[in-house]
Amino acid sequence: MKKEPIRPKEKDIIPRVKGFDEVVQGFSEQEALQEAARCIQCKDPKCIAGCPVGIDIKAFINQITKKDHDGAYFTICQKNNFPSICGRICPAEYQCRKACVFTNKRSPFASKEAINIHFLERFVGDNGARKGLQAKAEGNNKYSGMKVAVVGSGPAGLCCAGELAKRGIKAVIFEGLHKTGGVLRYGIPPFRLPNNILDLEIDSLKKLGVEIKTNYIIGRVKTIDELFAEGFRAIFLGLGAGVPSFIGIPGENLCNIYSANEFLTRVNLMRAHKFPEYHTPVNIGKHIIVIGGGNTAIDAARVALRLQHMNGIEQDTSISYRRTEAEMPARRLEIEHAREEGVKFDLLVKPESFVGDEKGFVRKMRSSRCKLAEQDNSGRRRPIVIPDSSFEADCDLAIIAIGSGANKILTSVTPRLAIDQYGNVTINPETMETSIKGVFAGGDITAGEGTVIEAMGMAKKASCAILNYLEKRYN
Amino acid sequence: MKILSKEVLASDKGARIVKVIVQSPDIAAKAKAGQFVVLMVKEEGERIPLTIVKADPSKGSIELIAQEAGLTTRLLAATKTGDSLYSITGPLGHPTDIKRYGKVILVGGGVGIAEILPVAKALKDAGNNVTAIIGSRNKELLILERELKTASDECIVITDDGSYGRKGFVTQALKELLESSKYDLVYAVGPIPMMKTVSVITKPLGVLTLVSLNAIMVDGTGMCGCCRVSVNNEVKFSCVDGPEFDASQIDWDELSKRNSIYCEKEKHICRI
Repeated sequence: MKKEPIRPKEKDIIPRVKGFDEVVQGFSEQEALQEAARCIQCKDPKCIAGCPVGIDIKAFINQITKKDHDGAYFTICQKNNFPSICGRICPAEYQCRKACVFTNKRSPFASKEAINIHFLERFVGDNGARKGLQAKAEGNNKYSGMKVAVVGSGPAGLCCAGELAKRGIKAVIFEGLHKTGGVLRYGIPPFRLPNNILDLEIDSLKKLGVEIKTNYIIGRVKTIDELFAEGFRAIFLGLGAGVPSFIGIPGENLCNIYSANEFLTRVNLMRAHKFPEYHTPVNIGKHIIVIGGGNTAIDAARVALRLQHMNGIEQDTSISYRRTEAEMPARRLEIEHAREEGVKFDLLVKPESFVGDEKGFVRKMRSSRCKLAEQDNSGRRRPIVIPDSSFEADCDLAIIAIGSGANKILTSVTPRLAIDQYGNVTINPETMETSIKGVFAGGDITAGEGTVIEAMGMAKKASCAILNYLEKRYN
Repeated sequence: MKILSKEVLASDKGARIVKVIVQSPDIAAKAKAGQFVVLMVKEEGERIPLTIVKADPSKGSIELIAQEAGLTTRLLAATKTGDSLYSITGPLGHPTDIKRYGKVILVGGGVGIAEILPVAKALKDAGNNVTAIIGSRNKELLILERELKTASDECIVITDDGSYGRKGFVTQALKELLESSKYDLVYAVGPIPMMKTVSVITKPLGVLTLVSLNAIMVDGTGMCGCCRVSVNNEVKFSCVDGPEFDASQIDWDELSKRNSIYCEKEKHICRI
């Protein structure tokens, strides 16, 4: 009989919704050993192909069973410099765990019995970070002394810079905001990814020799051509998908209707939950509605709920989504966490308009009920509005979390850089090279919104192509 | 990000207008008229946008002018020469489209006078005939009169209370000018009611009118959508699509309401 999967401990609901402490606690060594022992070490492991960066999952789990946690760390780091980040936020149920032999083949995401690969990765990553384990940069090689510019310090930029630094290249990251991490900092709340974990991973990059310049917007302060003129031999663009989309319904510009980006940035980056100690304000509603079904929607709802608790407001935060829970792109674990914390789910609901008061603040949201029709291009069943089903709900703060698109600050001043109809940078998928020689790109700016690990996968591919390019051109 | 100098330009009943010159060679090298920076005075501070009044690439410095209103501008006003700002990013926003329009009027109200100065200079250099109308509540709060006089062919000074120059509002002087002669461009920066009135005056006359909006921003790079404004019924972001827009197409009431989102919070933090 198969052993039951080991679930890590979680912080109790009542204290956790009153703050931003991490919810999921890491495995103890005992728990990690038990979970690792469940892996049957398949002859032909499918999990590795399920990982966007191809971590040798079988090998690192085997190392855990032998208590060689340091060895496991270096196995992961061959493919991924950020095990503590990915172990926390990877949607493993759609990736490695979905490919696990224990997953029911007909399930749209990993079965409960699938090995908890991400929790094991986190255990190994945190152990490595605690002990200061560090992948080493190669000294004196053919790349020594070469400089590469990396634009953006989100998942793609961090990953690309790390890969290049390991090979002895001087990677310089240019970040527009005053803090590093991109969406890992402004988007993902600390209860999923604590700031100190992110800081540790970024510090480890700096130890590898990566230089980071904040407050530095490429496209404004420097152009692509100027970077080349300054001696950068290649450039990687990890610009992300930073521009929030709005629904385009009446009343959407009323006060207290936020994009999820704005709401999360105010809290995660600017610490508005600590106002007035921190000076950036954020408003809190009595009836908060979040629109969307992805991780960002869930994050925004959980942040909103916490703000209600922290301010003595009776909790009333709901997620309004056009399809059903099965179609939600969010991680299953986060949906579960949101629900147990008290976030309500209004499914099969399509917002039609917002109604405000005389001061311009939102007061109500009008919506229609939906039902699901046939599958659309996304492979999900398409919601269609049920006629005459409209209804009104109290809403004094709304958060729009329906996705985001490309930021055009750099592309608009770089006409030679080819973009598609969505403003995303066009690349050669084999090499990740853009229409400009020596300029590579990866992450959301090339593919639209994806996951952190997908962005890292692309960045890694780009880093290999950059090495190849530098070798051909300069050796 | 070191503050090279700080000077109080005007002061009236505790509300000061200050000029700070900040070391920022990268921004100074690229800044053009009409662009702005986003700065944080302290690590725990708020990000606020401020127009770049002057950039000196040779000295690697930029000049910013702010009136004490909220907490962040008060903190900025409280800095001393030699202090450092926690962060400054820019140049942001589209530069003003500087070309030869012909006869132009620039209207600056209050601290908005600082924001029309770089545009006045650039338009004059481009061969335009420049008339500046600058106004403030009273004589004490009037700034940059000498600079605007140098940067324009004609400069009309107005105070609300008549303590200096003409008594009245900048919009009255604008109306008179437009009635007396034909102009090709009106460029206005000031409080929202002033810019709205400018628009009401110029719209029926069909004079191209640009305003630089002071919407609330967080990142200033198009990432949050806080500064969204309806222009010709389309949603635009002031930070990346602006900050200048055709005044006749702006939904002023919406903008004015959106700019008051945090009034209560601001009052609270300023009391502490």
